[in-house]
Amino acid sequence: MGTTASQLSKESLSEYQELTFLTKQEILLAHKRFTELLEKHEKDQIDARVPMGKIITLPELKSNPFKERICRVFSTSEQKDGSLTFEDFLDLLSAFSDSATLEIKSHYAFRIFDFDDDGTLDCADLEKLVNCLTGETNDAKLSSTEMKQLISNILEESDIDKDGTVNLSEFQHVISRSPDFVSSFKIVL
Amino acid sequence: MRHQGKGDEGRGPNRKEPKLPGEKLQMRSVMRRAKKIRVKGRKEEERLPNRRKRIRIRRRREISPVSSSEDESDEESMSEGEIAALKEQVEEKKKLIATLRNKPWRMKRRLVLLKEAQEFVEKFEGALGKGRGKKLYAFKVMMTKKLIKFNRDFENFKTACIPWERKIKEVESHFGSSVASYFIFLRWMYGLNLILFGFMFGLVVLPEVLMGLPYGSIPRKTVPRSEQDTAMDFSVLFDFGGYCKYSILFYGYYNNERTIGVLKFRLPLSYLLTGVGIFGYSLMVVIRTMARNANEGGDGGDEGEFTFSWKMFTSWDYLIGNPETADNKYASITTSFKESIVDEKENQKNENIHLRRFLRILANIMILCCLGGSGYLIYFVVKRSQDFAKMDPASLTWFQKNEVEFVMSLLGLVCPPLFETIAELEDYHPRIALKWQLGRIFALFLGNLYTFLFALFDEVNAKLETEQELKNATEWAIHEYNANYSSYYNTTDVPPLVVNPADAVRGPCWETAVGIEFVKLIVSDMQVTFLTILIGDFGRAITVRFLNYCWCWDLEAGIPSYAEFDISGNVLGLIFNQGMIWMGAFYAPGLVGLNVLRLLTSMYFQCWAVMACNVPHERVFKASRSNNFYMGLLLLVLFLSLLPVVYTIMTLPPSFDCGPFSGQDRMYDVVMETITQDLPAFMGTIFTYATNPGLIMPAVLLMVLAIYYLNTVSKGYQQANLDLKKKMKMARDEEKNRRNNKDSTNQVMKDLEDLLPNKSLIPPPTEEEPKSTKMKPGSAGKGVNLQKEVSLAAPNPRRPVAHPPRARGGPPGHLRGPLPGPGRGRGRGAPPRT
Repeated sequence: MGTTASQLSKESLSEYQELTFLTKQEILLAHKRFTELLEKHEKDQIDARVPMGKIITLPELKSNPFKERICRVFSTSEQKDGSLTFEDFLDLLSAFSDSATLEIKSHYAFRIFDFDDDGTLDCADLEKLVNCLTGETNDAKLSSTEMKQLISNILEESDIDKDGTVNLSEFQHVISRSPDFVSSFKIVL
Repeated sequence: MRHQGKGDEGRGPNRKEPKLPGEKLQMRSVMRRAKKIRVKGRKEEERLPNRRKRIRIRRRREISPVSSSEDESDEESMSEGEIAALKEQVEEKKKLIATLRNKPWRMKRRLVLLKEAQEFVEKFEGALGKGRGKKLYAFKVMMTKKLIKFNRDFENFKTACIPWERKIKEVESHFGSSVASYFIFLRWMYGLNLILFGFMFGLVVLPEVLMGLPYGSIPRKTVPRSEQDTAMDFSVLFDFGGYCKYSILFYGYYNNERTIGVLKFRLPLSYLLTGVGIFGYSLMVVIRTMARNANEGGDGGDEGEFTFSWKMFTSWDYLIGNPETADNKYASITTSFKESIVDEKENQKNENIHLRRFLRILANIMILCCLGGSGYLIYFVVKRSQDFAKMDPASLTWFQKNEVEFVMSLLGLVCPPLFETIAELEDYHPRIALKWQLGRIFALFLGNLYTFLFALFDEVNAKLETEQELKNATEWAIHEYNANYSSYYNTTDVPPLVVNPADAVRGPCWETAVGIEFVKLIVSDMQVTFLTILIGDFGRAITVRFLNYCWCWDLEAGIPSYAEFDISGNVLGLIFNQGMIWMGAFYAPGLVGLNVLRLLTSMYFQCWAVMACNVPHERVFKASRSNNFYMGLLLLVLFLSLLPVVYTIMTLPPSFDCGPFSGQDRMYDVVMETITQDLPAFMGTIFTYATNPGLIMPAVLLMVLAIYYLNTVSKGYQQANLDLKKKMKMARDEEKNRRNNKDSTNQVMKDLEDLLPNKSLIPPPTEEEPKSTKMKPGSAGKGVNLQKEVSLAAPNPRRPVAHPPRARGGPPGHLRGPLPGPGRGRGRGAPPRT
């Protein structure tokens, strides 16, 4: 199960093809890019992990405001430190690939936006989300009244059962109507 | 005949049933086995991310080898029902395998499940495949596996074949997905044109070249004697005269023989059907793409429903890989947040409406004048070009010869910025202003094109008249020749007049003339586009870059700065170019090939230009939220370019001496001829019946009714959707109230609870009220939501609970009378029910 040996076995390749939305070339390319991130001694290890700091140096993730969240969501490490094995990396690429379905994408998008990992998007999550999107500089941040207004508008629109948080099904309902989501929620190596 | 003892053998370690005689035992054991498998399947689909699950998985894997042996020993004694149950389980497992990639679980878990499911399927499929009559099943299974593998390989191959993937990805990471969408559209167009070229080339051009008569054999294929001196001159060729005119590029070259070559290929029929088939195929492809886009994410309908949520959740473009672009994106998102917050407040502002309306009307009048002016200019210029055509070509300047195309391209360049400046008067929201702008540019292009067409029709009619005269003159000349010959030689057997093809009298082939006009238009359009990019974008970038060293203010950050990529202008240009191709392809079969070349060079050139000279957009405003807007435009343009072609096929008579339809009354006569002569007799009668108006009218009526029905059904679904949403809200509210047990939003409900011993007597809300779904965001979060409606009681008054519940008279069934107060919150009051 899972390998980061220098060569992917044919069997694992066909299994990964079955289990992800990636094509054979994409899996091989992912393998190549992943092994480049490994240390020399780790290259032959099975289930080697790449620490989060290295993953976020990938050019595709470098400029993404959610890069840490993405790593944490897809990571299966016990210490919750955001490190990824090759299979986690494939999971990531599969969810962000062109042929992934809306359900998968919206599921993972929800988990990425759920900063405190409690299964719902409450006001604190939404506030952190807005701050991520508006950049780091102080003058770009929204004032607190604007923030409150924005969050209440959002809850107004998406919180169907009016419990003050957005849960997964409400989120998926909002996202399913958006024509931009599938095309913008994409990462291609 | 089943053996009694067999039921006892080989049962799993956790079976503890008492022994029962006979085949019931067999049946039951297999069913129980099947149920256990089903339970296994269901459990796998639950999400239990803890260690217990993993242990359970391991244990199941240990069990299965044991149970497999017992199954194999039982298999010969399985009855039909058992086999069916097993088949069902196998199918379920197969479905699980197919949908595994869609489950948001970790790879480890999915791998485990995949292996299990694959093992199970293999084992039982083998079992099911044995025995008499099951060989076919095994064969089917093997073919299905091979088919799946083949499909997967084919998909991989197809993805590898898509061209320019790297290029577009680079553009995407620098400019975001909206600029890249233009290039994706360009690539799609290229694919479409390639297929159209394949049709035209394979079915029309190739047969004529391979099996038809060569150049110089008949008059229509030869350059006339008078033009032969200049036929090879570059200037003549550039204007598509000379050898170009009498080549496969244009309509006039094709011969009208009914069948050509050994294969008896019917060229005129093929020409007509390909010409029409091009439209049919394009229509099919465009509609299929539109349907796919609509399925994916809506067709730009519901615009205002989720503005803020979409801005939050979908505005980041994950393809951006460039820090500068990312900064731009941050800035644009912040601006758009601030703007939408302000927007909502401004919607309530009541500015000076009258001044605004007056200015808007003024702007619209000015723009209409511009449009009318440009239409007249084109008409005037085309008329003048007809006069020029009568004069000696040597005495005309280049400008005079190409006046029409020059003027049209100039208008296409100058008018859009003019419209934008005039639109400043209107003071619309930027997104609405962009839509108006696009609509106006569309009207401009359309008006220009149709004026051009009308002017062309005048020319065609003039040519038809000259042709008639020429035909009369030729007939008279031949008649004269026959009379002279027979009177001179005193015979009635007159040999036909042999004339060198280059010397024969020619009619003015109007179709070739039209084809030439279209080709010249496309070529000049292409030249203008390339020149604009070169001078407008590249020249600007170079001046800004190098002049910046010696200029007073910062050119890069200040006024001229670098250009942004004009997505909508480019997309519209592409759409209209395609419209012109569709119109001209019937008269100039080589036009599609030319367009393929043009799109190819355009792709490389524009990719280079956008990376070298453009900067990412500061504010991202899409014209519409989806691709379907541009697809819809393309569809419209397709219909509009179909009209002239169909009109000419139906009404105008073809030239008598050039093209594949020469000699016929109307072009579609070829089809009639084929039906009567080549197809069996009954097909002819079927066609006659099918074209009977008595049959067509009911068919049209039926289609109209079908459209009406589908429309009603879709409205019904929308209403059902709204109702469900409301139900969800109400159910959740009630649950929350019951759970929290704080001050109930509904005063009367609380009273009821206090009165009655049995607290669960609260009936579920049965009434639904028509409530507007578009809620004013400003009123959000203002106190408690007053939405719950209970059938027994009237709605809650909008004031705080300030007094104890009043005593009611009689059992709850007699509650009536609304409470005083303005109880008309967002839910309106409904009459109480008994």
